Amino acid sequence: MASQNIHIHAIPGPDDIHRTELKNGIVVLSRENFTSPSVVMEVRIPGGALQEPPEKTGLANFHSDMLMRGTQTHTFDQLFEEIESIGANLDISSGGHTYTVGSKSLAEDLPTMLRLLAEVLREPTFPADHIEKVRGEIMTSLQMRAHDTRRMATLTFNELAYPDHPYSKSVTGYLETVENITRDDIVEFQNNLGPRGTIVVVVGAIKAEEAASMVEKALGDWENPAQPPRPEAPPVSRITEVCREFVPIPGKTQADIVMGYPGPARSAPDFKAAQMANNILGRFGLMGRLGEAVRQKQGLAYYSYSQIDGSLGPGPWKIVAGVDPANVERAIETIRQEVGRIVKEPVTVEELSDNKSYFKGQLVIGMETNEGVAGSIMNMELHQLGLDYLRQYPAMIDAMTADDLQAAAAHYLDPDAYALAVAGPE
Amino acid sequence: MGTNGVLKTKLKNGLTVLIKEVHNAPVATFWMWYRVGSRNEIPGLTGVSHWVEHMQFKGTPKYPSGVLDKMISREGGLWNAFTFIDWTTYYEVMPANKIELGIDLEADRMLNSAFDPEEVASERTVIISERSGSENSPVWLLYEEVLGAAFRVHPYRTEVLGEMIDLKTMTRDDLYHHYQRYYVPNNATAVLVGDVDAGQALKAIEERFESIPQGEDIPEVVRPEPPQYGERRVRLNREGQTAYVLAAYHGYEIKHPDFFALAVADSILAGATSINLMSTSGTSNHTSRLYKALVETELAAGVSGGMTATIDPYLYTILATVRDGHTCQEVEDALHAETNRMAQGDISKQEFEKARKQAKALFAYDSESVSSQGFWLGFAETLVGDYEWFDTFLDKLMAVTLDDVKRASADVFQPNRRTVGWYVPTGGSQEGE
Repeated sequence: MASQNIHIHAIPGPDDIHRTELKNGIVVLSRENFTSPSVVMEVRIPGGALQEPPEKTGLANFHSDMLMRGTQTHTFDQLFEEIESIGANLDISSGGHTYTVGSKSLAEDLPTMLRLLAEVLREPTFPADHIEKVRGEIMTSLQMRAHDTRRMATLTFNELAYPDHPYSKSVTGYLETVENITRDDIVEFQNNLGPRGTIVVVVGAIKAEEAASMVEKALGDWENPAQPPRPEAPPVSRITEVCREFVPIPGKTQADIVMGYPGPARSAPDFKAAQMANNILGRFGLMGRLGEAVRQKQGLAYYSYSQIDGSLGPGPWKIVAGVDPANVERAIETIRQEVGRIVKEPVTVEELSDNKSYFKGQLVIGMETNEGVAGSIMNMELHQLGLDYLRQYPAMIDAMTADDLQAAAAHYLDPDAYALAVAGPE
Repeated sequence: MGTNGVLKTKLKNGLTVLIKEVHNAPVATFWMWYRVGSRNEIPGLTGVSHWVEHMQFKGTPKYPSGVLDKMISREGGLWNAFTFIDWTTYYEVMPANKIELGIDLEADRMLNSAFDPEEVASERTVIISERSGSENSPVWLLYEEVLGAAFRVHPYRTEVLGEMIDLKTMTRDDLYHHYQRYYVPNNATAVLVGDVDAGQALKAIEERFESIPQGEDIPEVVRPEPPQYGERRVRLNREGQTAYVLAAYHGYEIKHPDFFALAVADSILAGATSINLMSTSGTSNHTSRLYKALVETELAAGVSGGMTATIDPYLYTILATVRDGHTCQEVEDALHAETNRMAQGDISKQEFEKARKQAKALFAYDSESVSSQGFWLGFAETLVGDYEWFDTFLDKLMAVTLDDVKRASADVFQPNRRTVGWYVPTGGSQEGE
């Protein structure tokens, strides 16, 4: 009963993604979609927490919050008056390796959004009174974190899984480091941003070439000769024993468990195999084998799943569960058994075929929104997968074997050596 | 064929069917809406609607537990469900040529869910765990207290998750009776949106659903909340370092003539937000009155407004996170100063125009994806009894006048309609008062 014109808007590829490189190094990719009047923009700029000194942990995050606090032509109020009065949004956040900008607006307002984006990236003024406002907001969120079981378990897991590695640090920082950050630090951190390696993706109700020339008009003359290269993460060593820590948080009724390992970067040759093994372990259906063992069969938790970050560096491959404090040990043992099984036994023929089918179907579902399309295009460019990646994707998926999955799982996971953090009541 | 390309029909057994062709991506979504939620619950059985929703994922003779989720995943599809105070809804998003699976499974589980006693027992701990997880959140705890104080009689007084004691004592038969009573075609709406042929889609829906017998009429909920005389207050002293203030005002039901006027007031006061649960985009609220009065002044670390579209009058809420070094009292005073300004009619033409513009953009975003359209159509049909509420949403918003906004604000933002809750942390550097 599907209509005949199922291929009208096929999967994005080199023939319908417009790609240009500006003279200053910015890469612009655009794709048209005139079925609704809006436009989505996603931008990645090299720079982030990996560039901050340990005693100023949280500096990149603080800096990214400050970018929208005033420019040479707009105060904070004026800036947001322009954005909010047209029902648009513009968010900037920082991670370890890059800053990410997300924006959505009506198509007619794209020039406004680009003009404002250029201003906040190029001419932020970091007003002193806003430094203290933002600091206070960050400090309050850190206090909230200290009483949040999930966030504390994650924070502690990162410390255990990445000893002496920048990924052990919280991107938001800590009370004592955020206190240390001065306006001068933020002004200086601004030198890390620049056009080289910046990627701009525009998807929506605008001609692809027109979108590209609008980006060029707004950002084509951005220069920063002092711009450093994109920060890279140092290599990470495999965990060789059980590293376990408990964070007591009084008054809570549920404990959160985070258990895992340093995982593959997106560029790792076994990333896709690891991703599929992860899907079988803790996602497929109602949260994969973990969901079945922990939630369905034993009723131990409301959630229990696994996730693999796989971005510019060796981000974590981890398992997360929220359980009754009395069931923590039983849940951990179940998780350990499932990790052992995915490492030691090949997945079944049925699991392999189901999951191949899942990834191919997901490709289609992901194209439902402009955000989904923009994210896919960003992925192809950021990780240099090639613009025909999505078109080749089904064939790549079909070529994977159970051995590939087992090898990838064994490469990263180990039921007897892992990092484990539990946060909850004593 | 109705407006905006929607095909609407009612099957003989009372099932309302809405179908809309959208061909911008090879994707389709199927939604099954039931007019049942915590609004239909009585003490002893609170949380039953939500638990029944969980049991709907536990299998039928045709699709036993653990089979269905794999069938959906195998196609790359996703499915989920929400239980709310007024309604429960199930949906699938699939590649368009596979959406028949969604239709088939929804028809099957409208009638044939097993409610196997062992599955009920194992799900009891999951349900309890879900509530325990929510209790970990100070804000959730504060909402629960404020709801209980604001509503004395109406079932809206209880959280959708239900009271812990009921989750411990409810039986398999309690769940099954609730299912049998409410999961009937005459209490449901099926919505299909996406890259399909409407005629063929209707045939597929008729084939699966027509044989399901019509159920008995659903009893109306008649427990209206009596008028409130005087402000109510609750206070929680619990663990943590962060204090919160929650102010809740008795607001308007979706059919109230000033519902949209209150939505405009919300936008001016707390920032523009969408009432579509599938909404993924909006705008920030940094130019709203409350942000300026609470956050820019450094009294609060954040503030948000909450407007909910409901069958009976529900609450309009304002939540503020108190900044370290300040007190609940300071934040509450500043908050009341702003609601008082609204109540006194101090609203400019400019603010009013801005709110209208924001609403237009947000509505455009919310109408984009097929899943979001599926939500809107079913939501309107279930709450208002007419999906055209969605089609004329913008017209109704644009018909609101500045005087309407002033009238609604003067009516809603009175001390007699409000309940104020404080979460006062016991571990903070200050008492938070």
